[in-house]
Amino acid sequence: MYKILLREDLVPNIHLFKVAAPAVARKAQAGQFVVIRIDERGERIPLTIADWDREGGSVTLVFMEVGTTTARLALLKAGDAITDLVGPLGVPTHIEKSGTVVCVAGGVGAAPISPIGRALKSAGNRIISILGARSKDLIFWEDRLRSFSERLIVTTDDGTYGRKGVVTEPLKELLESGEKIDLVVAIGPAVMMKFCSRTTEPFGVRTIVSLNPIMLDGTGMCGVCRVSVGGVTRFACVDGPDFDGHQVDWDLLFARQRIYLDEERRSFEQWRCQCGAG
Amino acid sequence: MAKLNLNRVPMPRQDPKARGKNFNEVALGYSLEQAQEEASRCIQCVKRKCVEGCPVGVDIPDFTKALRDGDMPEAVRVLKNKNSLPGICGRVCPQETQCEATCSLAKKGAPIAIGRLERFVADWERANMPKASSPSPKPPVKSSGKRVAVVGSGPAGLTAAADLAKLGHGVTIFEALHVAGGVLMYGIPEFRLPKEIVQTEVNYVASLGVKIELDSVVGKLVTIDELLGNGYHAVFLGTGAGLPMFLGVPGENLNGIYSANEFLTRVNLMKAYQFPDYDTPVKLGKRVAVIGGGNVAMDSARCALRLGADEVYIIYRRSEVEMPARREEVENAKEEGIQFKLLTNPKQFLGNEQNWVVSAECYEMELGESDEGGRRRPVVKEGSEFTIDVDEVIVALGTTPNPLVASTTPGLETSSRGTVVAYEATGKTVKDRVWAGGDIVTGAATVISAMGAGKLAAADIDKFLRG
Repeated sequence: MYKILLREDLVPNIHLFKVAAPAVARKAQAGQFVVIRIDERGERIPLTIADWDREGGSVTLVFMEVGTTTARLALLKAGDAITDLVGPLGVPTHIEKSGTVVCVAGGVGAAPISPIGRALKSAGNRIISILGARSKDLIFWEDRLRSFSERLIVTTDDGTYGRKGVVTEPLKELLESGEKIDLVVAIGPAVMMKFCSRTTEPFGVRTIVSLNPIMLDGTGMCGVCRVSVGGVTRFACVDGPDFDGHQVDWDLLFARQRIYLDEERRSFEQWRCQCGAG
Repeated sequence: MAKLNLNRVPMPRQDPKARGKNFNEVALGYSLEQAQEEASRCIQCVKRKCVEGCPVGVDIPDFTKALRDGDMPEAVRVLKNKNSLPGICGRVCPQETQCEATCSLAKKGAPIAIGRLERFVADWERANMPKASSPSPKPPVKSSGKRVAVVGSGPAGLTAAADLAKLGHGVTIFEALHVAGGVLMYGIPEFRLPKEIVQTEVNYVASLGVKIELDSVVGKLVTIDELLGNGYHAVFLGTGAGLPMFLGVPGENLNGIYSANEFLTRVNLMKAYQFPDYDTPVKLGKRVAVIGGGNVAMDSARCALRLGADEVYIIYRRSEVEMPARREEVENAKEEGIQFKLLTNPKQFLGNEQNWVVSAECYEMELGESDEGGRRRPVVKEGSEFTIDVDEVIVALGTTPNPLVASTTPGLETSSRGTVVAYEATGKTVKDRVWAGGDIVTGAATVISAMGAGKLAAADIDKFLRG
């Protein structure tokens, strides 16, 4: 069992758990993930490692409520425990000194991008960050992003905070400004990562995305997470999750993310009835 | 001597129609009377060919004799002395090519049903002997003070761990998944190998003093060199062949196309057949094509049927005689109504606008010249393309070793197929203090051959540790 040491509600539907997992904390690196299972009947889902405390022996997980598992997870409090936590999985983000890096985070993507931005900054890069969400009350970790960024641009779809619009607009302006951008890292919903990649492609700026397909074991055993990158089938769990955004077959990713849409609805309905919620 | 009885006692089984709709075990097992009748057919040969045919060297005539005489605790003791997982082996070993193939009666009639008797003895123990009174195979030995890390809790790892623990070594198994058992849990379906039996035998191994660390991915959480540097005197790698192979044809990433590993893991390990009571879903295909001709293909097809498919096809590029699946499993599948499309191979899969698979375009094949392995090579009949309408495809072409361990272990030699190179007789790799056995060395093979390799390696590790 893996005990939840601390819970924080970052925004109404995005929560943070600090979970005791000393061995995982010792090895975790930016860009890696864990697979968790809440209890005996639970499914296995991947969650990116948002932070770790090697001395304290914990990893920080940030998740958004999207279905049965994450809604059940959101009912847990500090002191509760989850049955399984496996990791650190996936290839760590390649960290090197490139020059100027733009980190683009969409929604819950602010969590996984934080350790990457921090590591890139430590490697001597100059970081410009763009943080976007639908609305002001869905923005979190602005301070954290600011801590490693020379500049931080915040966008909201409805204009309730920062500039009104989506993250690709300031990204495009930066690329057009003539400033030399050496690398873009974009993490968020698949559609946001796709459009960031589309934005950078004409400028020839290398763009790393962290793909989030359905996973099961997370160790290369099942192949449900297969993605097509540069025309080659790769397993996101062991070959990724980071890939070159210009090479990703986005339509395939979108389609494969929807495999269990009907079952997810059914499962969520049953769970809502059973737990007497909403 | 009594007259030779050349016919074996038939195995009671669930009716094919009924069992196609449930996940309960197909073979129901002998009664005590049936088991004793079958055991009494054994003629107690002086030259024990059956024992030679067993990869772990079970003293078969001794346990059949004890069973015949009604001394069940003795039968259990003899069996478990060499085999820590008899309930599993009795169900999934290909006895027909091993102990039963070398049985003296096989020359004249049906060999002794050794597998069924093994299963009976294991099941008898589970039902009748409380854990505390189970015979320990040998008097407990003094601790050697040496520690061994076993990577993977499948058949090879469990066997190596059990043998090493019996010899007095401190053993820890590292398992990547959330339960121990490896392919016995995620791969082989409930109706062929009930998970309760696997867990009973895993618990037996734990009762020998073996520690089992779940959720531990060696190569990620900890490396082999770190284990060797942190108090482990030796390491045994039994990580299996875990990476699914695909055909590499167009359309293979369409929704509804599974690797057998994924499909079986969802169904067996995650209990998707009980969705939504269990959270993990699996698609319930109505027209399902399974690509491949091995045991895993049969398992996948029979699971799909039990999940409610109307039509299930086995698509295999060679003919029935070349099928690597056990005869018994092919027969079971046929009885249940699985349709065999032989000498057939997919050219591509076609999908609809939502990216869901709707049909498999296949070639007819014919058998050409023999390959190096002596099997006739399947050749495409040009212009023979035809399509089969399907809404689910399960690709069961085999697996290759997972590179997670090898790629993080300097000094370990791997073959071009990704398998770890080890001496056959001892399981020793070229890396100091590291042994390996099972599918990680041989590529996908059988449960019992993995157990045999675990046994050989355990003996060699013991020799090394005692210096």
